[in-house]
Amino acid sequence: MIKKFIHQFASPKTFLLQVDKFYGLIFFTSLCIYIFSIIWGLLFTPEDFVQGNSFRIMYLHVPASFLSQSLYIAMAVSSATYLIWRVKLAAYFVIAIAPIGAMTTFIALVSGSIWGIPTWGTWWQWDARITSTLILFIMYLGLISLHNSFSNYEKADKLLSWLVIVGAVNIPIIKKSVDWWTTLHQSASITLTNKPSIDPVMLYPLIGTIIGFFGLIICLILISSKNQIFIREKNKSWVKDYV
Amino acid sequence: MNSIRKKRIYNICLVILFSISGVGLILYSLNSNLDYFFTPTELKNKTIPVDKRIKVGGMVLKGSVERISSKVSFTITDYENSVNVEYDGIVPDLFKEESGVVVLGYLKNQMVFAEEVLAKHDENYMPPSLKIVNDN
Repeated sequence: MIKKFIHQFASPKTFLLQVDKFYGLIFFTSLCIYIFSIIWGLLFTPEDFVQGNSFRIMYLHVPASFLSQSLYIAMAVSSATYLIWRVKLAAYFVIAIAPIGAMTTFIALVSGSIWGIPTWGTWWQWDARITSTLILFIMYLGLISLHNSFSNYEKADKLLSWLVIVGAVNIPIIKKSVDWWTTLHQSASITLTNKPSIDPVMLYPLIGTIIGFFGLIICLILISSKNQIFIREKNKSWVKDYV
Repeated sequence: MNSIRKKRIYNICLVILFSISGVGLILYSLNSNLDYFFTPTELKNKTIPVDKRIKVGGMVLKGSVERISSKVSFTITDYENSVNVEYDGIVPDLFKEESGVVVLGYLKNQMVFAEEVLAKHDENYMPPSLKIVNDN
């Protein structure tokens, strides 16, 4: 039964109809969570004992950085799915996620730079964390332009998927860079093993912004995947009916 | 699972293995060159030419900050070794005693003449009222 469910869902047509059904719900829930937590975080949390008000940019920076890495992992998983089972929808996901991943990485880099000016006293330093995140951003751009340089979609999808899997090696490097080397960037506040080193009054809105941002980005990915389906399957009769 | 899919999984694992080992070897050979700054202990065990710009990081030693007009001098410590720093300029707002700092400058006579001072903050966030409670 599970196999049948996956097979059905992996068909672009079913996917499209399911997206239309749940899109509104996902969008409005995550928008509400995001707006609620960003207002809570920006206006109703106390100042930090070292950084004062400037710590508040983390309510933008942390979700964006978290997403920039998660989206790459999502791309890698989709790539593997496409390469092993030749699921077309997975290939659509890979190229649909890439520009959104680039966008979140860009937000992470810019908000990090803005955060750096009042706290570190510099907006850019070539430390391991910052440099590896810049590499991630350039990798996203490279993957997009690689896919664009092919006129044959199947070739483009295959090559893109292989390259995404090779590039996935950068993700653990970004994650562990602050532990392996000395960096200007502080080490992780929220880890799986230890108690968070952020006080709960600041932590709860942060978790809210992460969840809200995550939901909004998922909505973007759904729209972007829908676009891919329209582009690739434009000659199918059901797409013509749908449009 | 049929044999073609098994072969594809095998290929993907191989690619992942090769890319990890390739990048791993690069990182291993670069080793401490990827470090952003030297600690005072590393500085002690190294001979650094006078004209080479270096970064030294650690904590500002308590009671070591002295200001004479625009000049500021302090001691960076990693609680094992320490090194004195002299700097002429504006320090970032977060610069204070017993907090993280990274300086860029030249080493001369066991003393760092800094051109730039950056503050490093840690991963702890809490309201100021709670900080006072914790300290007591």
